[in-house]
Amino acid sequence: MDVTQYFDYALMAMLLAVGVAIIRLRNLFAVVMLTGVYSLLSAAWFTSLDALDVGFTEAAVGAGISTVLLLAAMLLTSRECDKVTASRHWAALAVCVAAGAALFYALPDMAPYGAADSPANTGPGMEYMTRTAEDMKNIPNVVTAVLGSYRGFDTMGEVFVVFAAGVGVALLLGLSGRRREEDQ
Amino acid sequence: MIEMLSERFVYVVIIILMMTGLYALIATGNLVKRMVGLTIFQTSVFLLYITVGKVFGGVPPILNYDDLKAGTLDPNQLYSNPLPHVLILTAIVVGVATLAMGLALVVRIREAYGTIEDDAISEADYSLELEKGV
Repeated sequence: MDVTQYFDYALMAMLLAVGVAIIRLRNLFAVVMLTGVYSLLSAAWFTSLDALDVGFTEAAVGAGISTVLLLAAMLLTSRECDKVTASRHWAALAVCVAAGAALFYALPDMAPYGAADSPANTGPGMEYMTRTAEDMKNIPNVVTAVLGSYRGFDTMGEVFVVFAAGVGVALLLGLSGRRREEDQ
Repeated sequence: MIEMLSERFVYVVIIILMMTGLYALIATGNLVKRMVGLTIFQTSVFLLYITVGKVFGGVPPILNYDDLKAGTLDPNQLYSNPLPHVLILTAIVVGVATLAMGLALVVRIREAYGTIEDDAISEADYSLELEKGV
């Protein structure tokens, strides 16, 4: 066991603390900024879990763009949120306990953490390591090779989703300016 | 039982993080905070995928460039699984797209109703229907 696992424990503790703080706070500005902190902490954990590409994407997109979007939405809507009513609190707690219990019940079926011989780590994922080394002599980063080549259609679909979302946001917010004229 | 839990300790933490997001999603009536809950839930699911792909003693799935050129890669070198990383890279970007869409809807709701608390929104809908006599 190496010393980095203690960093992991510290990150887990911070993630839990930030998550609970987000639930309890009612000032939306604080909630939005803590969401950015949550994303950045998870980006640090991704890096520690050997997922470097995911780490910097989460830091740029999750902690950067998401926070900007949430801040903009908060400024256009409201700064405070109402108190959680008792009935909602207990209903949400019941759903979370039930879903959490179901997940805990399924936990023994998961392979132990970090095992090299787990089903997930012996399947086609690891095959990409050798295939990339044979197919592409110029791409050392296997994640890039899989993303751009072996699963290229997936990435193209992602571009379509982002385009559709962009068009949707533009139409909803009336960025063409036509809706303003109709309102008057 | 204790051994089972200690081998899967990170999964336990991630399940708790997921439930934190789910609670924030259901309990609050504020639509912006609800999108925040959705983001937390989503990030926790990303963490679950990446922890599944972690291999102890492995290095990030990046080959040594010089060895790759020369064809002298060490066949016994352990790497973490690259496939979950690829899936989650796609999911992060799609997650931001859905977040932008949801927040645009929230801004429109605020323009139409003057509030983003869902109790007040359903009350406004209800009184509108009473006026119409539906």
